[in-house]
Amino acid sequence: MEIFVQQLINGLTLGSIYGLIAIGYTMVFGIIGMVNFAHGDVFMVSAFIALIFFVILTTWLGISSALVALLIVLVLAMALTSLWGWTVERIAYRPLRGSFRLAPLISAIGVSIFLSNFVQVVQGARNKPTPPMVGEVIVLFQGESGYNVAISYKQIIIMVFTAVLLSIFWYLVQKTSLGRAQRACEQDRKMASLLGINVDRTISLTFVIGAALAAVAGTMYLLYYGVVSFSDGFVPGVKAFTAAVLGGIGSLPGAVLGGLIIGLIETFWSAYFSIEYKDVAAFSILAIVLIFMPSGILGRPEVEKV
Amino acid sequence: MSTAGANIAMQSPIAETARQPLLSVRGVKTYYGNIIALKGVDMDVHEGEIVTLIGANGAGKSTLMMTIFGNPRAREGTITYAGKDITQVPTHEIAQMSIAQSPEGRRIFPRMTVFENLQMGASINNFAHFDEDLERVCTLFPRLKERLQQRGGTLSGGEQQMLAIARALMSRPKLLLLDEPSLGLAPLIVKQIFDIIKELNEKDGMTIFLVEQNAYHALKLAHRGYVMVTGNITMSGTGKELLADPQVRAAYLEGGHH
Repeated sequence: MEIFVQQLINGLTLGSIYGLIAIGYTMVFGIIGMVNFAHGDVFMVSAFIALIFFVILTTWLGISSALVALLIVLVLAMALTSLWGWTVERIAYRPLRGSFRLAPLISAIGVSIFLSNFVQVVQGARNKPTPPMVGEVIVLFQGESGYNVAISYKQIIIMVFTAVLLSIFWYLVQKTSLGRAQRACEQDRKMASLLGINVDRTISLTFVIGAALAAVAGTMYLLYYGVVSFSDGFVPGVKAFTAAVLGGIGSLPGAVLGGLIIGLIETFWSAYFSIEYKDVAAFSILAIVLIFMPSGILGRPEVEKV
Repeated sequence: MSTAGANIAMQSPIAETARQPLLSVRGVKTYYGNIIALKGVDMDVHEGEIVTLIGANGAGKSTLMMTIFGNPRAREGTITYAGKDITQVPTHEIAQMSIAQSPEGRRIFPRMTVFENLQMGASINNFAHFDEDLERVCTLFPRLKERLQQRGGTLSGGEQQMLAIARALMSRPKLLLLDEPSLGLAPLIVKQIFDIIKELNEKDGMTIFLVEQNAYHALKLAHRGYVMVTGNITMSGTGKELLADPQVRAAYLEGGHH
């Protein structure tokens, strides 16, 4: 029981990070029907941006409050990563729009390789640790066997930030005219342009929003694990993509749900079975779900009324 | 001779501006890849008119309508709207020039509510008079009022058609392009929609360009009409003239041609 609660907390934390990355995959797929394979590396870049600013703020500028530093880092990481996302779309994807379907996909793989190698060259190949940020834990209760169920401040921060930013994001997409334009382009690009929507700008915006959310994930990832390396974009990226597919690619709530499910499967499997096979477990569940629900859990079926 | 020439030169600019059409299509050729769809179309729509374009399936009617919006773009020829050459203007900028379109296939946003679809139409002029316009389209189409919070994709075909027209009206366009508003609708609803088009033209002074396969209704309603056959305009005249024309009657009005 104690282990179960503890793993639930850990799983939800990990799942929120996957969910945040998954939104970027799902939104881009929704609007231009392309899997942005470079998204995982954009996430990794954002973790490095966060790391650099965190070091600058704490050791050079001497900001002692971890929460203040974290907030500033988050804002800066989101801004700079958005710029990365925007640039990548502009340089690598937009010129290929209208060419054959695989072209942007191949370009995305190229960007992915470029980003991880670029970071390897400028930051080095070793793991980069952060100075410890928030270490305290709250012991929730103690089990009979003496096993402490604890939630760390880090985990609380990650869940709260994720929840708050997801709410802001949800409001943006559902209630503002910017979000409406985004959804319109996703549903019918041609019609959106007939209604005066600048489709190219809206696609750029989608990449910017996806990158900003990946930056939140990157900052949280750094906070949680305390280390990041140039190759850290790949596995979380693939997991988040899996989450997006599991939840139903194109569906925003599906991406978050899928992220949480993947996070939970991974942690529970590691706790009760063997940690070596946690990825096998996660991907097997994906395969099983897709057999019975080909468009994912919250994905819409392909049929539409004409 | 020379005095006569000078006279014409002095008179013509005035005469030209007085009769300058709101929308003018000159020698427009449009291709899909290497296949030619419009083979040099000339057409005018004057302010305050209802102009209809009739023709069989695949004649290029919808292509002309989309070419006016630059998607697909005309490879040759010019399109002028309100005195401006819009042949190379991006589609979304054309849409901001007070032209609205209810396109082929209706193209309402299926996963947005009826209300959001109408908001999309109103966003072109930044929601100026949104409440007023919403009120007005709800009066024109009471069915939509009942379904404001329903998703567009769940509407019936006729309701979707109404929504597509209503959405186009939300921006208070000067020129309204309607592509087959009667397609697939019950006769009673067709009559309603044609009544609404007439009302928009007469009461609001809206200029309307109507593409139709339902030639009889369209020609009765329109001031002028054009007939299109495989990418060419083959005939033009007032609605009455075309209705009385034996060729038009044979091809589009009588017998079971379509």
